[in-house]
This record gives sequence, C-alpha cells and structure tokens, in this order.
Amino acid sequence: MKKKKLYLYPLWLRIWHHVNAGLMIVLILTGISMQYSSPDYPLIRFDIAVDTHSFTGILLTASYFIFLLGVLFTSIGRYYVVKTEGFVTAFGKQLRFYLYGIFRGEKSPFAVTIETKFNPVQLFSYNIVMHAIIPFTFITGWGLIFPETIVLSVFGYSGIMLTSLVHAIAGFFISVFLVIHLYVITIGPTTTTNLKSIISGYHEDIETEKTEEIDK
Amino acid sequence: MPAKIQITDLTFARRLLIIAAFGLSNLTALAYDDKHPPIDPEIQQCLDCHGNYRYTLTDPEFGETVVLKMYDELRIDPIEYLTAAHGKFICTDCHSPDYETHPHPISVKFEYQNTCLDCHANDEHSLKFNFDKIEEEFQLSIHGDHFIENFSCWSCHNPHTYRLTTREGGRIADIVAFNNAMCLECHGDISHYAVLIERQLTHMLSKHEWLPNQSLHFRKIRCIDCHAAVHEDLLVAHHVLPASESVRNCVECHSTNSILMGSLYKHKTVERRNRFGFFNAEITTDAYIIGANRNFYFNVASAVVFGLVIIGIAIHAILRYIHFRQRR
Repeated sequence: MKKKKLYLYPLWLRIWHHVNAGLMIVLILTGISMQYSSPDYPLIRFDIAVDTHSFTGILLTASYFIFLLGVLFTSIGRYYVVKTEGFVTAFGKQLRFYLYGIFRGEKSPFAVTIETKFNPVQLFSYNIVMHAIIPFTFITGWGLIFPETIVLSVFGYSGIMLTSLVHAIAGFFISVFLVIHLYVITIGPTTTTNLKSIISGYHEDIETEKTEEIDK
Repeated sequence: MPAKIQITDLTFARRLLIIAAFGLSNLTALAYDDKHPPIDPEIQQCLDCHGNYRYTLTDPEFGETVVLKMYDELRIDPIEYLTAAHGKFICTDCHSPDYETHPHPISVKFEYQNTCLDCHANDEHSLKFNFDKIEEEFQLSIHGDHFIENFSCWSCHNPHTYRLTTREGGRIADIVAFNNAMCLECHGDISHYAVLIERQLTHMLSKHEWLPNQSLHFRKIRCIDCHAAVHEDLLVAHHVLPASESVRNCVECHSTNSILMGSLYKHKTVERRNRFGFFNAEITTDAYIIGANRNFYFNVASAVVFGLVIIGIAIHAILRYIHFRQRR
C-alpha cells in the first residue's frame, strides 16, 4: 500500500501541543474541583486547587503567546487563515462527511495537503478555541488573580461574579472541545494514525509514497 | 510585665485601619444632611467642648481661663453622634448629672457605666436584638470579661458612634468596613490594645499570610465571619473564638452551604432567597465566592450539553465500528 507522508507538525509545535494539553487537563480538573467544592466530597483540597489553577493558568498564558508567535511568524500561520468565499458550503460538506459520509466509507472531502492542514470544520473550531475562547479564559483568569482590576459592579451585579461566570463558561467550552478533540484523534485511516502523527510529526495518507516537509 | 510593641505591627495594622476608616468616613458624610433636625440644646452644651478639638476652661474661683486640647478619647464627633444608634439621647440620659457642673467634679470619674442590658433587658423594642443571647455568647467568647478584665460592650461598640449597619442592610462593603474597623481599633493599634491586655499585639498580615487573595478577603468579609461562632438566633455573632478554633478550611465558605449565608449575608438571606437560579444569590450583587455561587440553570445546562456530547460521540463511534465490521 502506498503511503503519502507530510511533515506537518514541527518539533516545537508538538512540544507546545503536548504541554498545552497537559496544562488544559490540570486547569479543567482544578476548575471543576473549585466550582463544585464541598467539605464532604473534595476532589482536590480547595487551597491546593486554587494555587494550582492560578499557577497553571499563568503557564497557559505563556504557552498561548508562544503559540501566537508561531502563528504570526512561522508558516503554520497560513493554516489558520479562513477564506470566506465558499466557506459555509465547504463547512457543510465536511460536516456532512462527519455525520453521514464517514459511515458509508466515503473519502473526506478535503484532503490534507502541505497547504491546507485543517478541513473547514477543524479550521472553524480551532480558530474559535485558540483565538477567542482561550484568550477569554486567560484574560478573565488574570482578572480573578488580580480582582482589584475588575470593575466593581455591572448593572447591580458584582463585576467579579460576571468575570467568574464568563471564565467558567469559557472553561466549560474548552472541556467540551477537549473531549471532541480526543475523539477526533481516532478518526483517521486507522484509529491510531492521527495519534502517531502528533507524536512523530508526519501526517500519513494512504495513496502515494511521497515525503514533503515544512518548517523542519 | 509590659507588652512588647513592634513598630512594624503598628505600621501594617494602621494601614488596615486607614482602609476601614476610609469606608466609614463615606458612610458618615452620606448619613447626615441638611434635613437632620437641629441639635438638642442640652447635647449642644456638651458638644461645645466635647465636639471640638480644644475647649476653654474657666477657673470658677478666680475667673481665669485656659484653652486646652480635647483628647481624642473625650472628643465626640457631632455628626457621628447624631447619626449613631444612640444619637437621639441627651448626654445625661446615660451620664451622671454631675456632668452639668463645669468644670466637672471628680465624682464623674467614678460614675457607674451602663451596659447594654441595663437598658435593653426586658425592653420590648429590643427583643429583635436578642440581647440576653448576645450576653451569653459574649461570656463564652474570648472577649468575655472572665478572660479580659474590664472588657465590656463598649470596648467594641462605641456608644457615641455605633450604628446598626448590618441590620439596616446597605452595601456589604460598608458593613464590612464598619465592622472590621471595630476589630482593628484594638487589634490594629497597640495604644488601644495595651489598655485592655498585657500581651504582644499579633501581626495581622503575617498571621493571615496563608490566606489567598488576602486584601480581597479583608475587604469582602468581616473578621467575625471567620473568628466568631454563628448562632442561629443572632444576626451578628458575638461568640468570638480563639484563633485556633477559627475558620481555616476554605470550603466552609467556598461551597453551596457557605457559612457566610448564616453570617455576613444573613440579613439579606432572610429577605430574599435565590435569584435567577444562583445558589446563595445574595452574594452575587457584592461579590463572587468560588464554589458558593454556582448557578442551578448553568449546572443543568452544562450537564445536558456535556451529556449530549458524550452520547453523540458514543453513537458516532458505534456506527463507525458497525460500518468497519461490514466493510471487512
């Protein structure tokens, strides 16, 4: 069987991805533990959860800016550019594949190439998560670490309360994204192909035997 | 043995006192306005001297006069007095009539000092305060007069300035500032603390170093919320606990069964219960307490969304597996 190999995940990106994933998991677990804190059923001791959550949040912010620099100044940035023309149709096509075509053995409508790493659904969700939800989470998180920077009252409600609410909702969306993201790992030529890709850096497609590289 | 005074104690503690006093001064300015009735002449007579920073003393025998400083402990701020809980009383309602003689005779130094119960026991207007229970709780507390000699209601509740901030509601920040200023009057100032007890003044900030977001806690909750045992019949707890028995477990406040609902927010809890599905909704107008302010609707919505995602993934995975088996 012929295999097409694309080097899509340079080493720095893979290290960033795994560190980021680890930080996210710690943040989600400590966040849930704080949100549902109880004297009777503590998941993680409250003060430990608070300190760990704050510290990990600071690391996540640093990690995010490393990613942002990568997007702005390396060639991975092109993968996040959305071409608005025909995007909705393309998005619908990819969604149809995930919800229907995949069960009929159809091929993914958008093949991975050196120019387009993400299909339209991935492009949309990664952009929303990486450029909206995560910044929202760490900006509100920093506000909660330094609560004196938050406006005292908004329409009669505590500014801290509203900030916390946005923070918790954004955190919830990230947990939902994480679960779906973990499942999507198994959607590939084989259930482990995508997992191997993010470890080795090479995307494998079954068809031709050719190796291309970027950002080595 | 004289108490050891640490200069740093005073510096840090006074900083706290200034923050508390700042909040208090805003309250005072708002409380008194032009619509307030004129001052009773009998009160005015006392305030002519005790309401000022200096007063003129006349020797009744030779007619000589001298201008003297009115020391802080004897000075009454007219606005604070008139807006205080006891501001409607004329001075001799509580003080000896000997004060009507000028200069005051030495006998005034030996006058009997009333306690709260002298007036408020068996007084039907005071039933809601539950003074008997307050007295019982006070006696159990580390402030009880069997622990500290000469400690009385007045040691915390200055009869000339005391206001019912908690019972009358208002901004939680003002209630916190007013209440904490009472504690810091002694615990933040060795000159007051040393009058009551011969003991080293505890360094407030270093003692609370373990507390995350220290300044936020100091601004948002009262000292007594952690340092006093809640009593269901009292709006304000008076059973002050030793430091070793005070709240140190974060989740006692940071959970849906937050003890703050029985203390700092008790007066509001009685008025209104949950709003827009927030557990402990009363907290949400003034603060946000992690773990105590979960929202019922958000809880349900997040459980439903998360559940649907898991079910969706499970169905997707099963269908993929079936298709995979069919292809083989």
